[in-house]
Amino acid sequence: MNNEFVFVGIAIVVGIISIVLSLVAIHNKKLSVAIIAAGIVSLFASVLYLLMAAPDVAMTEASIGSGLSTLIFFYVLNKIKRSDA
Amino acid sequence: MLKNILVALVLSVMAYMFYNAYSSYETRTELTGMSHHFASKGAEEVGAANLVTSIIVTYRGFDTLGEVTILFLTASIISFFLKLKSGDKEKIIRRDTSELLVTASQLLIPIIFMFGIYVFMNGHLTPGGGFQGGAIIATGVALMIMANPNISLNHNVIHWVESISGVSFVIIGVLGIFLAGGFLDNRMFSLGEFGDFFSAGAIPIIYSFVGLKVGAELSNILNKYQKSQKEI
Amino acid sequence: MMEYLELGHIGLIIGFLLILVGFWGVLTQKNIIKIIVGFSILNTGINILMVSLGYVKGKTAPIIDAAVAQGEGHDVSQSIVDPVPQALVLTAIVIGFGITALMLAYAMKLYNAKKTLEINKFNDLKW
Repeated sequence: MNNEFVFVGIAIVVGIISIVLSLVAIHNKKLSVAIIAAGIVSLFASVLYLLMAAPDVAMTEASIGSGLSTLIFFYVLNKIKRSDA
Repeated sequence: MLKNILVALVLSVMAYMFYNAYSSYETRTELTGMSHHFASKGAEEVGAANLVTSIIVTYRGFDTLGEVTILFLTASIISFFLKLKSGDKEKIIRRDTSELLVTASQLLIPIIFMFGIYVFMNGHLTPGGGFQGGAIIATGVALMIMANPNISLNHNVIHWVESISGVSFVIIGVLGIFLAGGFLDNRMFSLGEFGDFFSAGAIPIIYSFVGLKVGAELSNILNKYQKSQKEI
Repeated sequence: MMEYLELGHIGLIIGFLLILVGFWGVLTQKNIIKIIVGFSILNTGINILMVSLGYVKGKTAPIIDAAVAQGEGHDVSQSIVDPVPQALVLTAIVIGFGITALMLAYAMKLYNAKKTLEINKFNDLKW
């Protein structure tokens, strides 16, 4: 029962951070900040999956959602910035 | 102005629906229906310790086949979109790569590939499986591309790995019809001792093919995005 | 108060809020890349929602080991969370990556056509 209490505390902190970061991702004018914030939301979501007893989903989200997705966003951003200059 | 009002209206209707859904929600205390059957009978019917794996590969194996097909279609459409126009010369990227990244990648890439293979071979015993292992292999490929931007991955190898593992996945599924109860039934081989590496019938084999296929497809997508950087 | 806030409820609240924020981004943003970021947040929110619907209070992950099999009355289903939503979400994450990659490729194609990412500039079909 004590364990559950700690889990609830961590989940509340992670949830508040990820909602604030998602607002940053939508509201910020700089694209790179938005992409990084969306990646961190994904990473905190994987912590939340781990707390909700879903290790398989946590692994997938950490490697695909926050790793590869952010990488391809930056490929596109780099391409667009370079043809601007 | 009108647009802002409409957006606010849509969002508040959605929030009201969510509030109603939330207020009638109670945390579950036990499994019911299909989940109860999977949980209580899964170990003896399929023989895999990881119940998520047994649902993905055996109970809902047909969905996994469809999903791998969708991923293949996505990779093909992306390579169609990002194709270099014929006649465009490929530009050589003169980006300085840091010494640390190059040295560390030489050390890390074999370990990352080995970890990916470990994850999808042990998908029936521990958390992990074909999709996670494939994604880990793709991150290894991403590191390789980062460390050496002018590398050209061998296209034929990626395509052959992808095609052969896809065809083998379907062939094993069809074998299940003849040797066991139906398409993608894993009891065509003996289920073995519960919890051993060689257990759960065909699940380790099927999941290894899924892992190779997913890894090849994700690497293909990354490679296409890297190639598109070279276009002038 | 503290008995009311369980892990399932928190997951539900976070999922709903992320869905609303993502939807707001999709509806109000002008830049195509920002719209895709909004879609990706929406996707994360829906996945969190589905996993928290499968959460059962105080149970462990759906992997049968010695501790789980020896649980109450040797019945596995008494000591694990629901594995079905987890399998669905695992599939959905991989498909979500494919969709994001496809949208980004299309955004690149649009940028090459008009050299801009403002969605209001793409009005060729507007009449």
